[in-house]
Amino acid sequence: MSTILQTENLQYIYPAVEEGEGATVALRGVDLKIEKGSFVVILGHNGSGKSTLSKTFNAILLPSAGSVYVEGMNTDDEEHLLDIRRRVGMVFQNPDNQIVSNVVEEDVAFAPENLGVPTAEIRQRVDRALDAVGMVEFAQHAPHLLSGGQKQRIAIAGVIAMEPDCIVLDEATAMLDPTGRREVLSTAHWLNREKGITVVLITHHMNEAEDADRVIVMDDGKIAMDGAPKEVFVRVEELRSLGLTVPDTVDLLDRLRRDGLDLPLDALTVDACADAVAEALR
Amino acid sequence: MEPILKVVHLTHIYGTGTPFERSAVEDMSFDVADGEFLGIIGHTGSGKSTLIQHLNGLLKPSSGQILLEGKDIWAEPKKIRDVRFRVGLVFQYPEYQLFEETVYKDIAFGPTNMGKTGDELDCCVREAARLVGIRDDQLEKSPFELSGGQKRRVALAGVLAMQPRVLILDEPTAGLDPAGRENLLANIRDYHRNKNGTVIMVSHSMEEVAQNVDRILVLKSARVLMQGTPKDVFCRADELLSAGLDVPQITRVAMALKERGLAVDPAVYTTEALERQLLTLRKGAAGC
Amino acid sequence: MLKDITLGQYFPGDTIAHRLDPRTKLLLVVLYIVGLFCADSGLTYGVMIAVFLTCARISKVGAKALVRGLKPVLLIIIFTGILNLFFTPGDYLFQFGVLHISRQGIKLAVQMVLRIMLLIMGTFLLTYTTSPIRLTDGLERLLGGLKKLHVPVHELAMMMSIALRFIPTLIEETDKIMSAQKARGADFESGNLFHKAKALIPILVPLFISAFRRADELAVAMECRCYHGGEGRTKLNPLKYAARDYWALACGAAVTAGVIVLGRFGF
Repeated sequence: MSTILQTENLQYIYPAVEEGEGATVALRGVDLKIEKGSFVVILGHNGSGKSTLSKTFNAILLPSAGSVYVEGMNTDDEEHLLDIRRRVGMVFQNPDNQIVSNVVEEDVAFAPENLGVPTAEIRQRVDRALDAVGMVEFAQHAPHLLSGGQKQRIAIAGVIAMEPDCIVLDEATAMLDPTGRREVLSTAHWLNREKGITVVLITHHMNEAEDADRVIVMDDGKIAMDGAPKEVFVRVEELRSLGLTVPDTVDLLDRLRRDGLDLPLDALTVDACADAVAEALR
Repeated sequence: MEPILKVVHLTHIYGTGTPFERSAVEDMSFDVADGEFLGIIGHTGSGKSTLIQHLNGLLKPSSGQILLEGKDIWAEPKKIRDVRFRVGLVFQYPEYQLFEETVYKDIAFGPTNMGKTGDELDCCVREAARLVGIRDDQLEKSPFELSGGQKRRVALAGVLAMQPRVLILDEPTAGLDPAGRENLLANIRDYHRNKNGTVIMVSHSMEEVAQNVDRILVLKSARVLMQGTPKDVFCRADELLSAGLDVPQITRVAMALKERGLAVDPAVYTTEALERQLLTLRKGAAGC
Repeated sequence: MLKDITLGQYFPGDTIAHRLDPRTKLLLVVLYIVGLFCADSGLTYGVMIAVFLTCARISKVGAKALVRGLKPVLLIIIFTGILNLFFTPGDYLFQFGVLHISRQGIKLAVQMVLRIMLLIMGTFLLTYTTSPIRLTDGLERLLGGLKKLHVPVHELAMMMSIALRFIPTLIEETDKIMSAQKARGADFESGNLFHKAKALIPILVPLFISAFRRADELAVAMECRCYHGGEGRTKLNPLKYAARDYWALACGAAVTAGVIVLGRFGF
């Protein structure tokens, strides 16, 4: 499989806002390769550098040192700017602050309009994008009357209309209720599965990482853990020390193991956990 | 003992007389006991927000009553502000309402509106700050220099400083990371325990509610679906699930274990409790 | 309370008035205003009233909605009426101290009141039948020529449409902040003007801070979606003149020309 995103010794320093204050180092040397078509979850507590990292993926932030490549293009290269932004789409936390227009379909059309796509094709892209997020019937609605989850799906559609290779969801579920969160997650998984779009999901909800191909845990501007969900979640103590919680299933298995039961730690889902426990007690 | 807050057949209808007429709260009745920690849970649109804005008199019932310490809060509409001091409401994302130059002044806004001055005011502010873990040296800072989690704690202190009899929190942990969430919940638990305060917490998260409150009120489509202790409520996990509500993950594990033929009581909602149950099962097995 | 604001409200519909190109409608409004200011007699005012009623009929906007639009300017209308009625010199019919009513005063008062009412209700017809997006599109295209004079037409249009997009969001936010401060005992109703103005600080400060935060985030989100100014932009729904637009413009021009000519010949 080919690499879509790559960072090499990536560092980022936020300059001091006022004189006398120190600059904030957000990223301290991140080396990362993200494979095309994968579903990657980046976890970390607030201030771990995960959001900064995601903003370097499409040249919203340029590295203070090191480099970021999107399909081989250096994000530092002004010439490729639009091409990079088109390929790596971003969805942010607050759905209200990323919707530009007061008609849903006009908002979805915003990116292709900026890219100078011909009118007839914009129409097709908008229809396809709305269909992909299941919001066709809302094409003529005013976005501010939709639910949080629906607004986020519109934001995703607005990104899909660029026909990107990769979508980065920067804490896009943080402000949503459980229903909205499920809507956004299942949309992201569907796009990954059916359309082959690479998804990078940034979150602090552990259970959103259960179905990912790969989990990266950030801490203090560096990658602290990296692996399949099963490999990462079994490191219970480490995760806790990084300010994260483990899913209750893993917590239960961990406790029972300490009590001397012979159990695996990597049964993440409710059913897998129940199977393992039932097996051990039989 | 007389309940501190009593909601009697409360109904609230939006847009009366327009084509958009709909009831956000329909015939809700429940009591809140003095010193109780009550959790309110339900989907977006189940009427949670409308309900709690009635409890401190921000909204007026279309019909029904709210009794605070036995007295209808709308008996004297002119004194509704006093009700707001006695029933403190912390809105969702309360950090967005901070406005003063210093943390101290912002926390002092509520008590100042109550007419407190001098040492009494100072005492309220410092005590509230201490309750949420804001250090003395942070009081003179601008609230906008603080981190997101700290800002939220300042906003919470702003309500605690009014020393309300009842504290209502609308999704206090929304958008916080796990550590921030746990910190804030610990603040609330401490307040509840040490001050013996009555707390009502609205939340989307079943886990959060289950692990913190004494009693749960479940709302669905503008009505009270069920109320009782967490154990009572999660006993009826099937009902909750079919109503489209979540149950804690650990309850689902217990249900799955029962399905697999283990003698597990599925009405558990903490990992500790399930662990204990499973250990007795093992001991039983070893005895055979 | 804040939800009553009808500023720039749009009633979706499918009448000819809705389907006309926004540029046509903007030009028609200009013609209509010219006509209103040239009208000077019973006959010409009659023509303008007929024009207005016809347009209102065609666009199927209810009388209630139009009258509601007048509410915010009611005071100005009354004030203008009274000023003209009592302070216009001429053949006095009635006098009381400095106050006097003259024949000319009555005529002028009626004319001015009618003019303001027709002006406002006419422009409301435009905003009621045209979505804000198409309105800004229309403005951008109509004023496109000014780009050569280095007027940032695209940027202005973009700013306007974003402002319109955020009005409901900010209204909602204001309501929320007000409730939150009320919950802390803020009092917006009692006290004198000074107190009332001071009571607004706890609302305005958070509102401004949040507006800046929103602007920041929106700017980043727009950049992420490849926004780089008006250069080379295409449109999902480009504006296109149809036959009906030419007809409408021809009718509008004819009526206005008619009013001007009638005025010239002293009717």
